[in-house]
Amino acid sequence: MAHMHDKDTDGLTAPTAPNPVVQTFLMLWRDKFAFVSVIFLLLVLFSAIFGPMLLEDLATKQNLRGRNAPPFDFSRDWLYWLGADALGRPLLPRIIVAAQNTIFVAAGAVFFSLTIGTVLGLIAGYTSKMWSQIIMRLADIIMSFPSLLLAVIVLFMLDSSVFNLVIVLAITRIPVYLRTARAETLEVRERMFVQAARVMGASGRRIVFRHILPVVFPTLITIATLDFAFVMLAESALSFLGIGIQPPEITWGLMVSQGRPYLTTAWWLSFWPGLAIILTTLSLNLLSHWMRTALDPAQRWRLENVRKKNG
Amino acid sequence: MGDRLLEVRNLSVDFHTSQGTVHAVRDVSWHLDRGETLAILGESGSGKSVSASAILNLIDMPPGEITSGEILFENRNLFEMTAEDRRQLNGHRIAMIFQDPLSHLNPVYSVGFQIAETMTAHGVSRAQTRARTIELLKRVGIPDAETKVDAYPHQFSGGQRQRIMIAMALALKPDILIADEPTTALDVTVQAQILALLEELQQETGMGLLLITHDLGVVAEVADRVVVMNSGQIVETGTARDVYHNPTHPYTKKLIAAIPGNGAMATPLDTGIKPILEISGLTKHYAAFVALDQVSLTVLPGESVAIVGESGSGKSTLAKTVLRLEEATSGAALFEGRDLVTMSPKELFHTRRDIQMVFQDPTQSLNPRMTIFDIIAEAFVIHPEILAKPHWKARVSQLLEQVGLKPEHMYRYPHQFSGGQRQRIAIARALALEPKLIVCDEAVSALDVSIQAQVLALLTGLQNELGLSYLFIAHDLPLVRDFAHRVIVMKSGKIVEQGPVQQIFEAPREAYTRNLIAASLSPDPEIQASRRMARHDLQEAAS
Repeated sequence: MAHMHDKDTDGLTAPTAPNPVVQTFLMLWRDKFAFVSVIFLLLVLFSAIFGPMLLEDLATKQNLRGRNAPPFDFSRDWLYWLGADALGRPLLPRIIVAAQNTIFVAAGAVFFSLTIGTVLGLIAGYTSKMWSQIIMRLADIIMSFPSLLLAVIVLFMLDSSVFNLVIVLAITRIPVYLRTARAETLEVRERMFVQAARVMGASGRRIVFRHILPVVFPTLITIATLDFAFVMLAESALSFLGIGIQPPEITWGLMVSQGRPYLTTAWWLSFWPGLAIILTTLSLNLLSHWMRTALDPAQRWRLENVRKKNG
Repeated sequence: MGDRLLEVRNLSVDFHTSQGTVHAVRDVSWHLDRGETLAILGESGSGKSVSASAILNLIDMPPGEITSGEILFENRNLFEMTAEDRRQLNGHRIAMIFQDPLSHLNPVYSVGFQIAETMTAHGVSRAQTRARTIELLKRVGIPDAETKVDAYPHQFSGGQRQRIMIAMALALKPDILIADEPTTALDVTVQAQILALLEELQQETGMGLLLITHDLGVVAEVADRVVVMNSGQIVETGTARDVYHNPTHPYTKKLIAAIPGNGAMATPLDTGIKPILEISGLTKHYAAFVALDQVSLTVLPGESVAIVGESGSGKSTLAKTVLRLEEATSGAALFEGRDLVTMSPKELFHTRRDIQMVFQDPTQSLNPRMTIFDIIAEAFVIHPEILAKPHWKARVSQLLEQVGLKPEHMYRYPHQFSGGQRQRIAIARALALEPKLIVCDEAVSALDVSIQAQVLALLTGLQNELGLSYLFIAHDLPLVRDFAHRVIVMKSGKIVEQGPVQQIFEAPREAYTRNLIAASLSPDPEIQASRRMARHDLQEAAS
């Protein structure tokens, strides 16, 4: 997107384009919710990358004397502050370690379905009727299958590895992006600036990626953040059925379902991983809301010159 | 103070935006009597619609705030009434019609239902409404009203939809009808009919008509008195005649001077030169519908050829077919001897440089997510042979200056400019490819009158400087009169008449052309009055 605007040579008052990194940070700082979200997400990302390396052993160490230990018992080691599970394993390090699988599965599935769905949707929306028909009917086939059933069949035939799980979840979510991208493309392609680009001789690829995609993208990214939560839960459902991630591997979804039998006696088993899922999704939502504003030049001023007294 | 029907006193409305407070109207006072037509005239952003919105309680508060003043309806202050009382007035005693009837009619209900709804909302029984609805539709001139009452909005033409809106507004016999740009979206001949209808209805019912418009022609046609607004303030009031003949305020003078249709007409170019564009027998079918039927025309280098016609005449299809945005069914369009219709994609790509287009609405034709630099420099990205990358910035600066903008504007986004400036940017983008022919599809019709004049002057200047040819598509005849060398009149996909501009305007051969010229409104109330008489006589003779 951004051209490097070198220093203006002919205009004295020409604004020098500010450093994009600094500008992005400033815009983020102005939206405090988005700012906190980003910090939280960075924390999650950090846990996902380094968590297993640092805490793997602690998270799997059983301690039968500490079974279902309640949270907020500050007399114990800090690892047990959020309590312990049915086998006495401390919850806090388990959540941190589980972040890796959870984020990898959810981010992978969302990323692949977003990318593939968007590209196919743009093709279906912009090119010939025949391609549109082929792509849309394929999407119909995927959609007409209950997504969990599809996952069960595929994972029954293949190994239930993390990678396969990502593929299965991605496939079931493709139609969402595909249909949205196609519908928006059909509308945007008729807009006059697209016609203007055609008159200039712009290639199909240029029109799709330079003119249509930037308009469609904010909608898709919003769906993607919502989907993130859906995929996390779908993954836990599959794990619960015994065809997703299997213990001793852990994910947040799996932790929620493992805690389910103890809901009446030890609520914290499901609560903390559930909270992690909620906070992650919420942060992504807030961030996507910020991105929608930041990506739209007509809205960006809201983040650029907010005065001291607001509204 | 006498018994005015409606009186606005010292009204000030502010809008609080995060970019500061905007004074939409400041200290505005006017009044409307029974049986009178008052026009509020102003360009976009002048605040002409704000006082009407205040009357109907349509201002969103916040961000809007009425900071001072009062509105008296039959000597009762509207601002002191309860919301429920005001709702009782709206639609019942004070009704409104809007610019674009399509967006104000609900597509999923029949028009009969929607007209009846106004009545049931104010307590008329359902049994009575249907008969009254049919009666109203007949009154506003919808043929076959008994069956059309159950039709849906998309089954009517633009003019008919506006008639339906009028029927809806008149359903409860209001005392005041507010018409906000009621004819702006309509063809000239339809515009004349709608205005005539409004006038007739006013004489019948004795209601006060408040007309909000930017068009001096509309003012001349129907208004008794006129209020001229500029940047939120009233600059001049008086009878339509006085204001036109003896404007006192410099703004009004400027506005009247900017009206097209009074300048010298261009003399035709020497036909001896080889034409740059030669269209012969161009035809375009959409399934069974014939949009273009055997159209043939030529454009000379350095010539402006105007194509005029009402909506549906095929003029925009012609532009799109020439630019290969649509594929022609048959016929040829020779550009410098090569046929655009059968050209290979590769050849077409190179020819794109020579033929550019300026679209009607610059708000839509500029990508809102690109900076001005990116928009203009896209030409060089697509056609890298024009200019090497290090020179882009200098060239974009130069182009911006050429169209009357400043180089430092290049890092801004389209929404930071006014409509006229955006159209200049669109022109700069077209010029970036160094074209020989520019197709202007209603390129100035979305702009204010004074801006129109500026943009047209810019186009003419560029023509003299660069030897450009224009294919200028328009529905506004006075505009064409000042600008074009030759005029082509189209109707239902066919060329009705073509000739030098002087011949078309002074000695039109075809009845259709004569009608079109007669229907376009002159800003002079006297000329308009005499035209109205002539039209009336014509109808008498016909019946």
